[in-house]
Amino acid sequence: MWSLLQIELFKISKRPRTYLAFVAITAIVLIFQLAFKADGKSYMNLMLQTVQDSFELNKESAINGYFMCYIILNTLLVQVPILVALVAGDAISGEANMGTLRLMLTKPISRTQIILAKFIASFVFTIMLLLWMAFMALFLSTLIFGIDDMLIFRVKGEESQILQIAKDDIVWRYFAAFGYAAVALTVIAALALLLSVFAENSIGPIITTVCIVIVCTIVSNLNVPVIDKNVKPWLFTSYLVGWKGFFYINTNNDGQPLPGTVENWPAIKSSLLILFAHIFLLLTITIAVFRKKDILS
Amino acid sequence: MYMSTIIEVKDLTKQYNKHTAVDHLSFKIQTGDVYGFLGQNGAGKSTTIRMLLSLIQPTSGEINIFGKNLKAHRKEILKEVGAIIEKPDMYKYLSAYDNLSIFARMSKVKADRKKIMEELDRVGLAERCHSKVNTFSQGMKQRLGIAIALIHNPSLIILDEPTNGLDPQGIADIRRLILSLSNEMNKTIMVSSHLLSEIELIANRMIVIDKGRKIVEGNVNELLDPSRTSLQLNTTNNEAALAQLQLSPWSDSVLRKANQIELQINKSEIPLLVKYLTDLNIGINMLQPRHSLEAYFLSLTNPETYVESIAN
Repeated sequence: MWSLLQIELFKISKRPRTYLAFVAITAIVLIFQLAFKADGKSYMNLMLQTVQDSFELNKESAINGYFMCYIILNTLLVQVPILVALVAGDAISGEANMGTLRLMLTKPISRTQIILAKFIASFVFTIMLLLWMAFMALFLSTLIFGIDDMLIFRVKGEESQILQIAKDDIVWRYFAAFGYAAVALTVIAALALLLSVFAENSIGPIITTVCIVIVCTIVSNLNVPVIDKNVKPWLFTSYLVGWKGFFYINTNNDGQPLPGTVENWPAIKSSLLILFAHIFLLLTITIAVFRKKDILS
Repeated sequence: MYMSTIIEVKDLTKQYNKHTAVDHLSFKIQTGDVYGFLGQNGAGKSTTIRMLLSLIQPTSGEINIFGKNLKAHRKEILKEVGAIIEKPDMYKYLSAYDNLSIFARMSKVKADRKKIMEELDRVGLAERCHSKVNTFSQGMKQRLGIAIALIHNPSLIILDEPTNGLDPQGIADIRRLILSLSNEMNKTIMVSSHLLSEIELIANRMIVIDKGRKIVEGNVNELLDPSRTSLQLNTTNNEAALAQLQLSPWSDSVLRKANQIELQINKSEIPLLVKYLTDLNIGINMLQPRHSLEAYFLSLTNPETYVESIAN
């Protein structure tokens, strides 16, 4: 199994399309950083215009590395599923298209091992992608913009909130957020891998995965009571942005943030549980389908 | 040499909805055989081979390889099997060396650099070992495919249409390789083809299948009896000759075509045939043996085409 995983990682590392994802992330992050370096104040003015009188702060230091990373993640974690689908959606269908799937299956390896190796390789790719994001969005941003307390703009129900997190209470939240994002993106990888089993070229599963994510995200954002109650709890897309929960700091009765706390741990835990359940279910279906599949490619 | 059964296929059937691709097929391959698997395109050869390699699940029937049930001992069996299915596809974005290294590891072989280079050298690709496969010709890919199939030194080699898409030199190379694997390394080889002439040159035993069913199985020498041939005749009176031949011992195989007669006959009987007709005052203008293999194959797999080809 270890040998098979090494082979899968080697193949991924040798494919040019793998690096597209890293190039895309690098480009997007650099554009963000450049834009905020040039004109971050305007953005801050816009965000703070409703609370300017009641909230005193130094706008210069508000645009710091931690804040930048939050802004970038907010945008990027919506697009990254597409990049994950690029690799996971190609895992089986790409082999079928090249004709290597049949050669692979004439070797003394079980089909379950093949799926598990490809799934773990997709997971490793997702982790690598997130590590690169962490490097670019967090490490590079802190180098460029420095570090300070972080402001979080949040819409809760009908009202807008600004949360302030002390600079020495932030790094662990990013570790947790990246960990959560890894789990959420692994659901996308598992979905793309499942679709990959049915196809003989990689375009189909990649596009289908992206379509499913888009449709489910739209449904997850609909504010219709019947959907809120019956559909949203079961959609993985409802939990993709659950990483933000780590930045919703708990406050005391006076509205002062309590360092080291998170407003709603149970919600984060149940979101993770649902995401793990999705991964397990999708992977089980993938293995079951692949074990029975006639290889005609 | 002790002969044991390497592959035993019993009553194998594969159905796709209402279409039966392989229909209650049974055959056996013995140690050291070069076993020709013959049939027209769409006869069910590839489906059968894919079932032997567990790529396709049979609808019913049983496959035993090395005396073990394929379903129950798949991994154990595949360790001893090398295969090329149709065309030798591999990772085009990787080098020949990387491809061979990957498939060696998948075959559970500890292949170090020396071993891989030896294998590449054996198939004449050592100098191109670091070239990406997408720069290779079809023949080079075929040779790399063979290296991949043989890297783990399997005792059974299954080749599905190995000469497809190759030029005459490539075909001759594959033929030589199959013969050397059989004669020098005592490998058991199953090779499918739709070309009887190919099978005749390399196989000692063969099966002919059509519409998924076995038509005939046996030793190539016995099935393709060189003493038997198909004759084309033109006489001074074809009408009378045909009428007389239909009363003769060769009546079963006599066919009429535009201005000729065709019949199956043992070569040793040709003088008797000539005497038979001349005794009836029927002169012989032309007597020509046809290509017996083609005629044999067509007569087995597609009698209508066979009759048509004679008529034309």
